[in-house]
Amino acid sequence: MTQASILLDGLPIPFVAGQTIMDAATAAGIFIPHLCHHPDFKPQGSCKLCTVKANGRHVSACFTPARDGMEVENNTPDLNDKRRTLLQMLFVEGNHFCPSCEKSGNCMLQALAYELEMLSPHFDQFYPDRPVDASHPEVLLDFNRCILCELCVRASRDVDGKSVFALSGRGIGKHLIVNAESGRLADTNFSWADKAAQVCPVGVILRKRVGFAVPIGKRRYDVEPIGMQVERMAARSAGEEGMDGD
Amino acid sequence: MRGEHFELETAAAADGLRRVAIDPVSRVEGHGKVTLLLDENDQVQQVRLHIVEFRGFEAFIRGRPYWEVPVMVQRLCGICPVSHHLAAAKALDHVVGASQLTASAGKLRRLMHYGQILQSHALHFFHLASPDLLFGFESEAGRRNIVGVAAAYPEVARQGVLLRRFGQEVIRLTAGKRIHGTGAIPGGVNRAVSRQERDGLLADIGQIVGWSRDAVQLVKRLHAADPALYDVFGTFRSNIVSLVGSDGELDFYDGQLRVRDADGGILVDGFDVANYQQLIREEVKAWSYMKFPFLAALGPQQGWYKVGPLARVQNCDRIATPLAEAERREFIDYGRGKPIHAPLAYHWARMIELLHAAETIADLLPDEALSGSELVASGERSREGIGVIEAPRGTLIHHYQVDDNDLVSSCNLIVSTTHNNQPMNEAIRRVARRYLGGRELTEGLLNHIEVAIRAFDPCLSCATHALGQMPLQLELLDAAGTVVGRLASAS
Repeated sequence: MTQASILLDGLPIPFVAGQTIMDAATAAGIFIPHLCHHPDFKPQGSCKLCTVKANGRHVSACFTPARDGMEVENNTPDLNDKRRTLLQMLFVEGNHFCPSCEKSGNCMLQALAYELEMLSPHFDQFYPDRPVDASHPEVLLDFNRCILCELCVRASRDVDGKSVFALSGRGIGKHLIVNAESGRLADTNFSWADKAAQVCPVGVILRKRVGFAVPIGKRRYDVEPIGMQVERMAARSAGEEGMDGD
Repeated sequence: MRGEHFELETAAAADGLRRVAIDPVSRVEGHGKVTLLLDENDQVQQVRLHIVEFRGFEAFIRGRPYWEVPVMVQRLCGICPVSHHLAAAKALDHVVGASQLTASAGKLRRLMHYGQILQSHALHFFHLASPDLLFGFESEAGRRNIVGVAAAYPEVARQGVLLRRFGQEVIRLTAGKRIHGTGAIPGGVNRAVSRQERDGLLADIGQIVGWSRDAVQLVKRLHAADPALYDVFGTFRSNIVSLVGSDGELDFYDGQLRVRDADGGILVDGFDVANYQQLIREEVKAWSYMKFPFLAALGPQQGWYKVGPLARVQNCDRIATPLAEAERREFIDYGRGKPIHAPLAYHWARMIELLHAAETIADLLPDEALSGSELVASGERSREGIGVIEAPRGTLIHHYQVDDNDLVSSCNLIVSTTHNNQPMNEAIRRVARRYLGGRELTEGLLNHIEVAIRAFDPCLSCATHALGQMPLQLELLDAAGTVVGRLASAS
């Protein structure tokens, strides 16, 4: 019996039952841009960066189960144009000042902007007023850079069992809050050891006093662009499986 | 006591005067303009250098985490970002309790800074100033640029470009990027320079020192060819201020403040930079975004002073590298026992400093400490930090207060060009009176004003970093120059 597969940009990609398009592509070393997706957490499907065209319909790759024979478009000019527009909207909605951001070089939003060749924000900046929360002794929260991916919300709730973070408000007023009457992180039971402290794809949840300790050239996306990292990880895991079989 | 007392700063009666503006002043960093008011006989009645950029670093750095500051504030400038980067890091060393940096960190920062002095001085002399000096102030305007220099003096232009490139390479290897790197962090640095990288620089440093010597000779030849011009053009007397090292030597990275009067007498020596606010005050004038600093003890009328190469080379007792020291002695001898105040002598002093920077880099590069691994120090936290450095254009002061949550609660920056505000205004008033009065104004004549400003190598972007302290004022003038409406704000 042949293994079930999808046709991703014309390339047959095998999958096993239960895998999403994103899972299958990642395992095969093919990068589908994404921000709110993380392999350790249930899919959320909110950022829409992973939008692909499956059998002619726009769907979220992180959410959509792979089906045998499904024809999926991913790396096409049309989809990448749309993704670039989504990125531009994310950039202008917050205050993303890469030149002085300590997450620069380690930031997924920035890495995707490079990957998708976003050359300008295009839209007018919103310049929202979002004061930082520096109350916690170990961690700084810089809300200016929040993209509402809810990874910290999911990590704190599902892994740490603390539910420190949540989104509040609606529409353009939606924002990240912490679970304390004072609204301050210091008044929660959050700790740097929490999973939620490690998952922020942008520069919101930051360990204090260590910014810029990693020099330019050694930061995550200096070493390798985000798209190639998926390819390398897949090759490495294929190599490990090969060794296991020997 | 107000600034109106300075001659030619404010016309006795502005009514009926003809206004001429040089806007923008070209071949300087940032945007500024000069306005001249002339009477019916074309006599100059008022001359002002206005800074028309408006920034806001002192305001928007407040509320940011302190470790972000060295990376953020360097964006004040694209020419000397390393100076701001290091001055901020030096200030924040105190905040993280790093009273003594590791040997490696201290030398790496020094290397970065001397690379910066080299590239900035090369940029200024060869790209910005040399067209005036090589072709003449009134030469064809279309030729007065680095492309013109490259056509007429290809070797001079080539050496200028390559000197700057070498300085930028030193910066890249110590800061991570040629412009706006991240090398200096509170308490030290985040990268060392490998032996291989040092070898790459060592292969070229002999040539760089040689070209730097040639640059000093070139500026001396220009000076000697027309001393009547170089010694008097825009010349005014003033106090001078700079850091000097612990043994009185020229030091761009660290030291204590020394002040000399216009005759060269030492007024203040060994002054701890941490007390700079007792030494220096700043005056605000409604017509410029750039403040006017002065020595507190002498007041705004007598206490203004020059900073930068001309001040430094004459303020120190010696230069620690032999070639630059020999040039310093020759420079001092030229003054025959008196300080040289001529603005055009800034170029000569600047090239002596270029040579010193090249020699210092040559001395530093073989040092194994540059490849060390002990890069960061820390100690008892403090709520306040002051960092002072000699930037290419002069003394640069960064002062921060940090609250218990690690956020910056106040920031004060006094940048090199701001110290030279009154000197630049004095220089252009002298030039205007000497060259412009009673004559039909031509582009070449107006360029004389710009030549005087360029001598100071001002960075007008750096100089207008503040927000919330200067009164903003909008004036509506009718055709005769009479103010018919005014809108003023205190912030």
